[in-house]
Amino acid sequence: MLSKNQARIFFLGGTAVSFAIFLGLSWHSLSSEVPKQTNSQNITPQVINGKKLWEANNCMGCHTILGEGAYYAPELTKVINRRGDEFVKAVLMSKTPWQPRGRKMVAYGFSESEAADLVEFFRWIGETDLNGFPAPPKYKSTINLEN
Amino acid sequence: MVFALSMLLLSLQIVYGFIMGFAHMGYDNLHSFIPFNTARAVHTNLLVVWLLSGFMGAAYYIIPEEAENELVSVKWAYIQLISLALVGITAIIGYHFNYWEGRKFLEIPRPLDWLVVANVLLFLGLILATLFKGKKRTTTALVLTMGLFFAALLYLPGMIWFDNQTMDSFFRWWVVHLWVEGVWELIMGGILAFLLIKLTGVDREVIEKWLYVIVGLTFISGILGTGHHYYFIGAPKYWLIIGGIFSAMEPLAFLAMALFAVAMYRKGEKRHPNKMALNWTLGTAIVSFAGAGLLGLAHTFPAVNLYTHGTLVTAMHAHLAFWGAYGMIVLALISYTMPNMTGRKFYDSATGNYAFWLSNIGMIGMTTAFAAAGVAQVYMERIMGLEFGEVQKEIQIHFLVLVLCATLFATGITLYIYEFVRYGRPTDEALIK
Ligand code: HEM
Ligand code: HEM
Ligand SMILES: [Fe+2]
Repeated sequence: MLSKNQARIFFLGGTAVSFAIFLGLSWHSLSSEVPKQTNSQNITPQVINGKKLWEANNCMGCHTILGEGAYYAPELTKVINRRGDEFVKAVLMSKTPWQPRGRKMVAYGFSESEAADLVEFFRWIGETDLNGFPAPPKYKSTINLEN
Repeated sequence: MVFALSMLLLSLQIVYGFIMGFAHMGYDNLHSFIPFNTARAVHTNLLVVWLLSGFMGAAYYIIPEEAENELVSVKWAYIQLISLALVGITAIIGYHFNYWEGRKFLEIPRPLDWLVVANVLLFLGLILATLFKGKKRTTTALVLTMGLFFAALLYLPGMIWFDNQTMDSFFRWWVVHLWVEGVWELIMGGILAFLLIKLTGVDREVIEKWLYVIVGLTFISGILGTGHHYYFIGAPKYWLIIGGIFSAMEPLAFLAMALFAVAMYRKGEKRHPNKMALNWTLGTAIVSFAGAGLLGLAHTFPAVNLYTHGTLVTAMHAHLAFWGAYGMIVLALISYTMPNMTGRKFYDSATGNYAFWLSNIGMIGMTTAFAAAGVAQVYMERIMGLEFGEVQKEIQIHFLVLVLCATLFATGITLYIYEFVRYGRPTDEALIK
């Protein structure tokens, strides 16, 4: 039977090996692949400011981005593709809660330039290579053909 | 005292859970004072803080006992706890005034993060000093301390600012994933081993040998399993393979914990009279396997996760996993330690049993409600391509079920806290000792 000492070696050895591989892969991802997949050369000061606004207002407390966040409001990674700049700006600058279908968003009333920065942030993130996420729906528009 | 703080935070967490449950049902009446994102940040942060304070309480109880040494300074331990509570309360008040850092689970703003770091250093200092000045360094104590130590260390990568959202997310998972599917499992394993040694009377050597096997499985699967969060965030494709394979092995650690607890219970000759502690101990091992192991496995393969990523399916898994693994282990420890500390032989009561069953049945019902909502959401939104808001209207009914089950759950917790308060004060006899 397994002895306590062997069990300890299994734990320490397994941890050391896994951790080493994990660090190696992380280093490889972050140093060469992530910058390519995210087009990091396109991260302008506007995009950075957009990200700051995104965090300062905890947008992730209702929405997801890159599929991470809360499940109260829509996923926003591809929002510019879906809605276009003007629509998004209008939502962000609205002084009364935006409430499609009754569910309210906080009325931030952002300034024109803040809204533009957030739009740039969304545009940048929308171009990231996400290995196929979100998947295109399989049955889109088979029901409402007129749309 | 520590545990009292922990219980108070738990009850507040539940209140904010209800606010969100109602908001999902379409009753967002508190929107102007407590919008959804505030309620959510408060709900999840209270969760983390009540669990952490529970873990700290566990360490303050277990380490001196295992090391056969008094806690080096009780006064500083109180200072540490009170300051932790103060930082927590400040953060939560801040969330009501748009003062936060919108990163899921790590909402505490940077300046307060530093206070947390200072606080945790103080905590670790006390624990390490007690352990290393003590007579014994048992495996149980070492595993628990290692878990706490690395949990503190892993908090740091979450404090770095990145311009790139993908990198931000990459390191956020070093905190979130490597906590719950790594070092917290060491903490859970350590507490579980301690409880099993006390409750079943099985030989320490046997229990600790299996403890090593369990935490070994945890790290071998869990570290590379982090890849299951790197599938779709702008990281390379090889994470689909690595994350898929290793995270699919993560349930093994939880399965091992469940088998281990049941086997030790069967094997043990001694029957400790504290039946309620035993219920919670076996319960945590089994429910964590269901919530973390099975429900985690359900959406961890890349082909599934592509559709479920970031939907209510995640919330389904998150609830039962957190409850089974970390909520219940803290309640198990409290049930075991309270009678010892107060000197009351409070081991088995009808109310205590109702607390156990109501909270568990309620939580399983909530998980089912989230599952129904989540699966329906995945099919309608992700597969049929209907608009987000349309789908949310269709699934509102599941949130009525959620709130009803949450009421059962909350009743169970209320009973637990009621007994905790009622029997939590020391008897005269114990005071004299
Ligand atoms: C006690 C242990 C566990 C806890 C407390 C836990 C909790 C959570 C939480 C809170 C999230 C959401 C995180 C976020 O979006 O920021 C999550 C996500 C996830 N968990 Fe777990 N988990 C545990 C174990 C596991 C295990 C063992 C597996 C796999 C077998 C697993 C698979 C997943 C997956 C695939 C996701 C991502 C869901 C998505 O793409 O949206 N979890 N977990
Ligand atoms: C009365 C009881 C509760 C209710 C009604 C409730 C409800 C909710 C709701 C509506 C959400 C937000 C989902 C979203 O973003 O749309 C949430 C999130 C969460 N709750 Fe609860 N909850 C309750 C108790 C608990 C308990 C006891 C735990 C832990 C043991 C817990 C852990 C979590 C976690 C980890 C999240 C984040 C999930 C994620 O983002 O994947 N909740 N809860
Ligand atoms: Fe994970």
